[in-house]
Formats: sequence, C-alpha cells, structure tokens
Amino acid sequence: KLHEDSFRTHKCDLPSLEVQVQKDQLLKMYKDMQTMRRMEMAADTLYKAKLIRGFCHLAIGQASVSVGLESGIKPEDRVITAYRCHPFAVMRGGTVKGVLAELLGRQDGMSHGKGGSMHIFTPSFFGGNGIVGAQVPIGAGLAFAQKYLGHKTATFAMYGDGASNQGQVFEAFNMAKLWDLPCVFVCENNKYGMGTSAERSSSNTEYFTRGDKIPGIQVNGMDIIASKHAVEFARNWVVEGNGPLLMEFVTYRYGGHSMSDPGTTYRTREEVQRMRSTQDPIRGLQRYIEDWGLATEQELKQLDKKAKAEVDEAVEEAKQSPEPLPKDLWTDIYYKNTEPPSMRGREREEVHYY
Amino acid sequence: NSMNVRDALNVAMEEEMLRDESVFVMGEEVARYNGAYKVTKGLLDKFGEKRVVDTPITEMGFAGLAVGAALAGLRPLRVHDVNFAMQAIDHIVNSAGKTYYMSGGNVPCPVVFRGPNGAASGVAAQHSQDYAAWYGSIPGLKVVSPWSAEDCKGLLKSAIRDPNPVVFLENEMMYGVTFPMSAEAMSDSFLIPIGKAKVEREGSDVTIVAHSKMVTHSLEAAEILAKEGIKAEVINLRSIRPLDIDTIKASVKKTNRQVSLDPHCSSHSYHLSRLLIVEGGFPAFGVGSEICAQIVESEAFDYLDAPVERITGADVPTPYAKILEDMAFPDTPLIVKVAKRALYRAN
Repeated sequence: KLHEDSFRTHKCDLPSLEVQVQKDQLLKMYKDMQTMRRMEMAADTLYKAKLIRGFCHLAIGQASVSVGLESGIKPEDRVITAYRCHPFAVMRGGTVKGVLAELLGRQDGMSHGKGGSMHIFTPSFFGGNGIVGAQVPIGAGLAFAQKYLGHKTATFAMYGDGASNQGQVFEAFNMAKLWDLPCVFVCENNKYGMGTSAERSSSNTEYFTRGDKIPGIQVNGMDIIASKHAVEFARNWVVEGNGPLLMEFVTYRYGGHSMSDPGTTYRTREEVQRMRSTQDPIRGLQRYIEDWGLATEQELKQLDKKAKAEVDEAVEEAKQSPEPLPKDLWTDIYYKNTEPPSMRGREREEVHYY
Repeated sequence: NSMNVRDALNVAMEEEMLRDESVFVMGEEVARYNGAYKVTKGLLDKFGEKRVVDTPITEMGFAGLAVGAALAGLRPLRVHDVNFAMQAIDHIVNSAGKTYYMSGGNVPCPVVFRGPNGAASGVAAQHSQDYAAWYGSIPGLKVVSPWSAEDCKGLLKSAIRDPNPVVFLENEMMYGVTFPMSAEAMSDSFLIPIGKAKVEREGSDVTIVAHSKMVTHSLEAAEILAKEGIKAEVINLRSIRPLDIDTIKASVKKTNRQVSLDPHCSSHSYHLSRLLIVEGGFPAFGVGSEICAQIVESEAFDYLDAPVERITGADVPTPYAKILEDMAFPDTPLIVKVAKRALYRAN
C-alpha cells in the first residue's frame, strides 16, 4: 500500500493506493536507477575533464521519473522531452555507450556526434529538444498520429516547471482536449528553472491543475513505485479514450540546471543536502526492498557494482569510438538520396556534390 | 582604459537607466540570476525589481508585453538569447516592426531586443546560429551587430534612445573579450550612430567586410596578409540595417589601383579591386548576399574586376562534434586563403 500522500488529483478520482509489485521488477528498477545515476555522474566527470562540450543538463536526483515512466508504459508508446534527456534515451531503447559517445561527439553516439547532449532520439523517443516548451505540441502531434492510426497507445510529452508557462504548452493542451488525443502531458517539476524557483515564474505552481478541462494527477516523483503506478493509471486513462491527462511529478535535481550553473545561488546547500538524505529515490526503493525482505543490502550492493561496471565499460567504449569524418558534415541534412545536387561550405570552393 | 564586451553592455544599460526613468530591463534570469550570461549583473541591486524584471520562460508573451509597454510610452529592453527569440519573432516582426507604419506614424515602438546571436561553442543546431539576415530583411526594424566593447556601449545606448524597434545582436563568444576604450567611449554621453560602419584597419589592396566576431578573424587575417605585403582594409559593419553600403563602396573604389602582376614586367599591370565579405551566418539569402547584390547594382561594380568572395557559415545545421563544427564556421586561415586567391596569389 502506497503512502497516502503519494497522489493528488484534479477533476479525476485518485488511483488506488493498493499496488502489486514483483520482486524482479523492483530489482530491475533499482538497477536501472543506479545505472542512470552512474551514467549522469560519468557525464559530469567527462564534462569536468573537458571531454564534453557546450550545454549538458543532468538528471541526478530525478531517476525515478525516467525509470518509473519506462516501467509503467509499453515499448510502442511514445515519449518526448526537452534537453534533460539522457536517461529517457537509454530507457527507450538506447544504450549508455550510445549516450556517452554522443556527449563525446563520436561516431557511435546515438546521433553520430551531430546532436550532443540535448539531441538524442530512438524509434519511440523523439528527443532531446533544445527549445524550451517546443516539444510539448510535438508530443500532442505524436498522440494525434496514434489516434489517427488507430493504435491503442499513449504519448508522454514531458516538460519542466520552467517550460510550463510557454504559450504553446497551453495551445497543445487545448487541441489535445478538443480532439481527445491519447496524450499525457507530464510536468517534471524539479522546483527550479534555470535560476528561478517555480514560485517566481508560475502564478499557479500546482502544475497538475493547469489544464482547464483536462484532469490532472500529482505524483510524488521521488517514490518510484508511486511513479510507476501513476504512469500505468495515466496510460490507461488516455488509451481508454478519456482524452488527455496532466501529470506532475514532484521531483528534485541535485545538481545545477546545467554544467554552468552551480545550482546554489537560488537555493541553499542545506536544502539540497536535506533532499538527498531524506527523499532520494534510490534509497527510497532500497528501503522498500529491504523492508519487504526481497533482497539483502549485500545483494543490492552487487547490483550497484554491476551498474557501475557497466557504465565504466560504456565510458571506455565511448572514448574508443572515432570522431566523425569530415564528409559527415554533409550527411543527414536532407533525407538520403533526396539531397540537392550540391551544398555550399564556407566559401565557393568548399562545395559538396552528392 | 579597457573593458570587456560584457561590462560595456552592462554599463550602457546602467547609464541609460540612470538617464531615463522609462527604460527598464525585462527577460529570463536577468534580475536575481544576473542574466544567463551575466550581462545584467548588478542591475537589480541598483534599480530594483520594478525596473529589472525576471520573466517566466514565455518568450512570445513577454515580447508582446514589451511591445505593449513601448507603445504606452516606456522603453523596454527585452533580453533573450536570439535563438529563443524565434519563439517571439512574430512580435518582433509583426508587432514591433510594423506598428508605426500601420498607425500612419501615430504610434512609435521604442523597444530594444538584445541578446546573444550567432554560433556558440558546442551547443549544436538549435542554439548556434546567426539570424542577422532574418531581422535584416524586415523594414521597420533596425538591426545592430556590434563587435568591440566600444561598439557595444555606443550602439546599445543609441539603440535604447532610438524611437524605433532595434534588434541588438550580440555574440556569446565575445562577452569575455577585452578591448581598449577611449576616454570618449568611457563617458556617459558616448553614442555611436546606428547605420554607420567603421573602417577598423586601412588598406589599399583588398576590402574585407565583416560583422560581429568575424571582425576579429578579419583583423587577424589582415595582420597575416600584411606580412606578405598585402594591405587589407577591414570594415566592421556595426549595423545590418540600415546597411552602410556607402562605406563599402568607397572602400571598393579606394582599393582599386594599379598593381603589377609580374614584378619583372611593369607593362603587365591590372586594376585590382577585391571585395571579401565575412559572416558567420548561413550563405543562402544572407548578409553577404545582400551586400553583393547592392554592390552589383551600383557603380562600385565597375571597380571590381574579380567576383566578390563570400566567406560564410557552411550551408548546414550546426553540428555538435568539434571536428565538424570547425568546418562549419569561418576562421582566420580561411580568410587569408580566400583573400590571397582573390589576389591571384598562390597559397
């Protein structure tokens, strides 16, 4: 039975607090969360070693959202998010090596070194988008296609508390409700935009209530069992033809907004420390597992070790991957074999003929 | 005296806010966070929350709001990364750019849209691009693309005082670069007129026109060319719209001179006038294309006896990997190479 504070709803009934869980599933979620955290920590290290360029947004602290989402949906569902995308890319069919190689700008990167940290995709995950809020109507479009094609599947369109005020987010809400699209609009509320707390940017910080006629559910996003359960509830809601649903994960990022943000100018170190020690999603799941006698601390440590070894190996493999070739500058601009006859480089003699 | 570009912008805003109570700054993270690039640092402490306003991430909304405030008599300085300004471009083009005209001259719109534009380092296709050409094509807008600290200070102050909407295109990679500042430039009455280019370096063999960060590369190239006896004139455009074509034409006419191609045969001499345009934007329909067109349409065309050379960003979305990114934007050696080619010099 989940904690009574796990959910709050708006214009819809609460999901049941009784949940059935399976040992294997919990252990897999535990391992996945550890792997996601290790991967993000590896990215942090690689960034500080100046092997990763530009922007890099890490999701350390938010692992129960990505792993919880994946454990509650089906492979044929669709997910789209903004630039804090690494864990989703792996959970949706990518690999740790593929993400890290992308961050390093290598051929084996999931976007072959062209996209970098913010732009990673898989057949069921549509990025990895850099313009704040722009992914939300695209998500509604994915859901539109699902309904159009008669697929009994759902789209989860993710955005942060920072993006939640963009006009196009509300435009997407309206169309989704108007046409009853199977879209779950997911606000990952980590309480802070780039340098601004949610209260300073949103007149209503109850993000699950902001959909006008669209019902909403708020979830304790630091509790992965609650997260998974809520995702299953949301998926059923939209797949059964009830129209869209708003879903808010209340979560927390331990690090800054990006690598250039120390993350301590607009909140206190004590707050971050307190969240880490009392709300950590991995420790939370560990407590469930130990309390229910599903695994010993020792067995969980083995999973930690395995996750660490896998990420370490992925780091090495990613580093071994070669850089793109100069000819790759000209590929992927237009669909293969439909390119214009030539494209111009920086001056008239730098021309690539297809 | 010297100052970096970031401080020059900061001082320009501070001076104009002191001078005119109706000037206020509005944007994402501009107040408490001191700006995503720290350009607005300290303004909140000096002017308070009424005049330094943190907005939510709602580019289109607050661009429209800034336009409204300008129509009602304030002078908003709206700050944002020009890549995100595409979210707001409808208000910049359709609301700010056209209201004065549509009102038959009854309603001016004195708003400044400022923020970083152009290629940045390692941030891939959606955050690394130059939109000077887009804004430059809109009648009703003024578009400024400063290079040095002096440019930034003098032009931003002029932009704030201008009764028209001004798009002020900065370059993130230039924020930390320090330039000498004259006593005049340090004064709080220093203004640079919008629409005038500046000859940064005089020369007689070849004219290089550039804006923003490309001025740095062009001056470096001119230095290298000088060592080989080629005198390049470097023009810093400063403004994209109005475009100071007269300064470019004058330079083209000036760099037209008798040059002996074969030093052993003085009768073998030609008129050589060469024009190179350097920009970080996409080549197609760009700033360089416009300059080319205007030169070809004018009498300066008669002074050229070789094709104009454009050195631009490559015609590709900006790649993330450094090896590819380096191939996507002009650098100093490329300018040297093309300049020598234009002068029929072997590399």
